[in-house]
Amino acid sequence: MGARENILARIRKAQGRSGSEPTEAEIAMVREAIARHEVGPQPPFAHAPDRLAQFRKECERLGTTHATVGSDSQVPAEVARYLAAGGIAPALAGWSEFAGLDWAGAGIEFRNRPAGADDTTGLTGSFCAIAETGTVLLLSSPATPKVTALLPETHVCVVRASRLLDTMEDSFALLRTEVGEPPRAVFFVSGPSRTADIEQTIVIGAHGPYRVHVIIVA
Amino acid sequence: MQIQSMFFKERATEKLGDALLQGNMKKAKGKFVDGRARAVAEFGVWEELRTHAAKIRDRALDNLDAYLVEFERNATRRGAVVHWAESAEDACRIIVDIATRNGVRKVAKSKSMVSEEVNLNERLEAAGVQVVETDLGEYILQLAKEPPSHIVAPAVHKSKEQVAELFVQAHGKPRLTEIPAMTREAREALRDHFLTADMGISGSNFVIAETGTTLTVTNEGNADMVTTLPRIHCVITGIEKVIGTFEDFASLIRLLPRSAIGQTITNYLTLTTGMKMPGDTDGPEQMHIVLVDAGRTKLVGGDMQEMLRCIRCGACMNHCPVYQNVGGHAYGWVYPGPMGSILTPVYVGLENAGDLPNAATFCGECAVACPVKIPLPDLMRKLREQQFDRKLRPWAERMAIAGWSFMATRPALYALFAKVGARVGSWLGGREGLIHSLPGIDGWTKGRDMPAPAGRTFRELYKQRSREHG
Repeated sequence: MGARENILARIRKAQGRSGSEPTEAEIAMVREAIARHEVGPQPPFAHAPDRLAQFRKECERLGTTHATVGSDSQVPAEVARYLAAGGIAPALAGWSEFAGLDWAGAGIEFRNRPAGADDTTGLTGSFCAIAETGTVLLLSSPATPKVTALLPETHVCVVRASRLLDTMEDSFALLRTEVGEPPRAVFFVSGPSRTADIEQTIVIGAHGPYRVHVIIVA
Repeated sequence: MQIQSMFFKERATEKLGDALLQGNMKKAKGKFVDGRARAVAEFGVWEELRTHAAKIRDRALDNLDAYLVEFERNATRRGAVVHWAESAEDACRIIVDIATRNGVRKVAKSKSMVSEEVNLNERLEAAGVQVVETDLGEYILQLAKEPPSHIVAPAVHKSKEQVAELFVQAHGKPRLTEIPAMTREAREALRDHFLTADMGISGSNFVIAETGTTLTVTNEGNADMVTTLPRIHCVITGIEKVIGTFEDFASLIRLLPRSAIGQTITNYLTLTTGMKMPGDTDGPEQMHIVLVDAGRTKLVGGDMQEMLRCIRCGACMNHCPVYQNVGGHAYGWVYPGPMGSILTPVYVGLENAGDLPNAATFCGECAVACPVKIPLPDLMRKLREQQFDRKLRPWAERMAIAGWSFMATRPALYALFAKVGARVGSWLGGREGLIHSLPGIDGWTKGRDMPAPAGRTFRELYKQRSREHG
């Protein structure tokens, strides 16, 4: 018998079941429990009366800056303002969904490709955002490479106010309705990367971005 | 990691005398304990969530084989190769084999306690593969050639001066004094490795049966590099980590970073399912998942199965007065503190780690802090009982316990002995009321004085009070 059979048989024996493979009835029971997608207790602040205010508050707690614009066409100007204020070069690698905006007009060089090691800023959209924790959710796909949110020192993320949800559970429900099976990477980003591995002192900017700026499109 | 738990007493004594370590441990303690307390206080439904989390874990553990098979089915459907490892040796062999078959020369690794358990780095290096730890704490320890001393903050025992010295040796650059500058230097040193590694190895805090998903929880973002950039991704994790759904994960992740350091959420949470999909510009071409037993099935089904609920947050050690004083290395294996005092004897044998279940004051703080309600002191007590039954404790100790048991079940005899003992103890304590040395427990009195009894027993005083107050 192989390792798999031995391990399964040991579990089954210890729990009073025979053989080395779960029965179809046992698997069916597991699937039934799974299909309920039972949601556990959630903290009261996860269902804040003002969802946007809760999202902003949590962003600030994590060190994520944020700004609100009225429409997509205002995104390049806000990006230009943010980069200039931080003394960051006016060039970025961005997801292709933003390639059609007027970047030249805002004085920004838009590179329509996944970010590489040399890009200082990455621009991404988001599948949705979560108010409870000030989190943005990115899904990997050919048009939405994860590296763009990961390699550059600055990550600018566009969030649509209509896609702001209360909780992570809500985002999973939306994922099932709109996408079905999860893509390779379901990537939750909550603020700039950090570490506290030396003397438990928090330092912003470990391996991922030093700065995360969220632009909320109302 | 080589087991050193049989030397717990010697190592603990040495660590208690290590002024540098004592200072480093004190600095960390407040941050962990106070941070968690704040996060728990503002949460609102903490106890309800703990109860729910224990249920989530039990549901999967009670049907562990079916959950694992369902996970395997779904992970395989998404293109991952699922491997089963009965022992540490098997796990290493499987991963070394994947590396050699694919011509892997460099591995970038994010933190995995299971890989520490099975000694994976050593085995890969023996096969000619370079291994780079990328979690900052683990990277520091790789340079120092030391094992982790905490499961969440592996280098908690090191001061920044010690880290600065290691970086001077490794990077050949001027000595740094500030922590942010050290962090940047490590970031730059490691960035190249992420981009040039052939294989990424990560752990998985949980694996999700419904979708065949593995996942990483980090603040640094290193696990995301490791699971995204190299052409092969290999996950190594324990068979007990399986849960049912994404919703189960959402509940558990509200508990994990809060219990660990008082954080509401870690910066990065990534649920990874399968490999690069058609058209994707990033992600690995191969994905392997190694499910490791290595002692876990010994806990399944018995009266200690609750231990397998553990989500590796470290709250039990952060709240443990013993851990706080001796640090993680004294425990002599991968898992320190209360959870380690149970896992180590079970995984490596009670005869090799006999002092660990006894390294507890039974203050109960660990059980209160545990987010999945593991009754840690009760489980340590069960291990003590096993030790007694298997005659693994010293003869004198067993005789003393047997003697006490004989007396305690005979009230009249117990009363007589207590009466005499209280008077002798009071006399020994003298005017100060402290006993400086006591034959039979001189190991204990060597380091501290024992407060002497008051001269009369509780029962005598109680009787007297009843008479006086009617």
